[in-house]
Amino acid sequence: MVAFMLYTVLPLVWLVINASKTQGELFDSFGLWFADTFALFTNIGDTLTYKDGIFIRWVGNTLIYVVIGAGGATLLATLAGYGLAKFKFPGRGAVFAVVLGAVAVPGTALAVPTFLMFSKMELTNTPWAVIIPSLISPFGLYLMWVFAVQAIPTEILEAARVDGAGELRTFFTISIRLLAPGIVTVLLFTTVATWNNYFLPLIMLSDPNWYPLTVGLNQWNAQAQGAGSQPIFNLVLTGSLLSIVPIVVAFLFLQRQWQSGLSAGSVKA
Amino acid sequence: MTMASATARTVPPSRQPVRRKTRKDWRGWIFVGPFMAVFALVFIAPLVYAIYLSTYRNQLIGGNSFVGLDNYTQLFQDAAFWHALLRVLLFLVVQVPIMLGLALAAAMAIDSARLYGANLFRIVLFLPYAVPAVVAVLMWGFMYGDQFGLVGQLNEALGTGLNPFAGNWTLVSIGNIVTWSFVGYNMLIFYTTLKTIPTELYEAAELDGAGQFWIIRAIKWPALRGSMVIATIFSIIGSFQLFNEPNILRPLLPNVITTDYTPNMYAYTLAFSGQQQNYAATVAIVMGVVTAVIAYVVQLRGSRNEER
Repeated sequence: MVAFMLYTVLPLVWLVINASKTQGELFDSFGLWFADTFALFTNIGDTLTYKDGIFIRWVGNTLIYVVIGAGGATLLATLAGYGLAKFKFPGRGAVFAVVLGAVAVPGTALAVPTFLMFSKMELTNTPWAVIIPSLISPFGLYLMWVFAVQAIPTEILEAARVDGAGELRTFFTISIRLLAPGIVTVLLFTTVATWNNYFLPLIMLSDPNWYPLTVGLNQWNAQAQGAGSQPIFNLVLTGSLLSIVPIVVAFLFLQRQWQSGLSAGSVKA
Repeated sequence: MTMASATARTVPPSRQPVRRKTRKDWRGWIFVGPFMAVFALVFIAPLVYAIYLSTYRNQLIGGNSFVGLDNYTQLFQDAAFWHALLRVLLFLVVQVPIMLGLALAAAMAIDSARLYGANLFRIVLFLPYAVPAVVAVLMWGFMYGDQFGLVGQLNEALGTGLNPFAGNWTLVSIGNIVTWSFVGYNMLIFYTTLKTIPTELYEAAELDGAGQFWIIRAIKWPALRGSMVIATIFSIIGSFQLFNEPNILRPLLPNVITTDYTPNMYAYTLAFSGQQQNYAATVAIVMGVVTAVIAYVVQLRGSRNEER
């Protein structure tokens, strides 16, 4: 287990250490220890101001994609998971078959056809091209469905119905509270998926002003490797560090919630 | 056996002990409707569009014309496609069992609760999942460097001659990055399932004098089967879709990682550099079918085992 931990942590430690080095020191100092100059803060400053602060623009874009994409995906998955768990409706089996079948033909294989379709609809190179496909999370649906089966006793729904509450009202006043840990969990996973998304924005966007962090960082990296280019590896590394800090903090901060969301139902009522 | 009931059986939590009469009406669609509407737009429509595209060909003379299955026959004779497909098959046959085995071992170890600091292990192991593929590849790419990177410094210190960038090591290097990224994620899936086992079962087993080995064999393993199937399917899909890691590594070793290194990279290249969008759609469809068939077989096998 200790070896396992080292394997997991070492690259991250490496990243933190090397984000504190200057461009030159990256190559002539030992990789797993700090160099003479501690340039982390200079690097952060340079990262944020390089090319008129395009990095900050990328952070903003990523936030937009996450808020609308991941937020919307969570809402849709919660509603649908709840519907699948608590209602027997005509076409339910078909929904299962289609959604689970589609999981096997996912994201990237569909990305090229989706691009071609969106390009006909003139949606490419707009934020919508990234946001709309992010709205569907089959994994979120699966998680929510399993969670709702356990978290919401059918008796409560029946009681609410006897009291004359409409289905939507029951959902928003009662069910959504019982589903809260599951919702946090799905939200966290869809947030990671959107924050880390690379392939979709790569093909959908050509204007760097709309890039999310991932595509932007890779562009910096590629630019640093071309012939006669001006290498900015220190900025690539510092930018990488900056881009994982928020998501790691979110995971640590919310760990009680998402872990209970994943394993709730294990406690028998 | 319908698909729906087959899937339901692979998911243990859906077994409801008390099944009250659930009314059969249309109200469920209020909740499922919005998801399905967007789903139709981003999954079904592109799929249909891809099928349509794959039956056309854009020629210099004659423009866009219907060619039936010509694109498919061309693809089946396309060596570049077969090489790419075999490459990801090799990758998945080696990488997926290693990754899932490690994840399973970690989940069991943490669940057995005798491990000091189990909570910390769980969080730390999971962290790489939160690291974007781009960052993960950039990090490992730097570390792999046999001249300036960590590997180079290791070689200098120990006199070894490791070179993760050498042609025949590239796939291993990529496998390592993918394993690093997803082992914690899979561990969490297994761990969560283990947590859903009622403690009464363990108590009963201990009363019957069952040791750790039997608890694992008779209780933990059967409970894990469902999530094992899910994790395997997700990993297989991931392998067939391999794109990010090789594509981001490509600038470092353009001679090894060609633009048709994986089927997905091939489709990407065809669509965006080669302007062969119809042929790219064909590649996407064939890969979709291959993935779906294999995922279906895995699922079928998984649920058949469960009946024993």
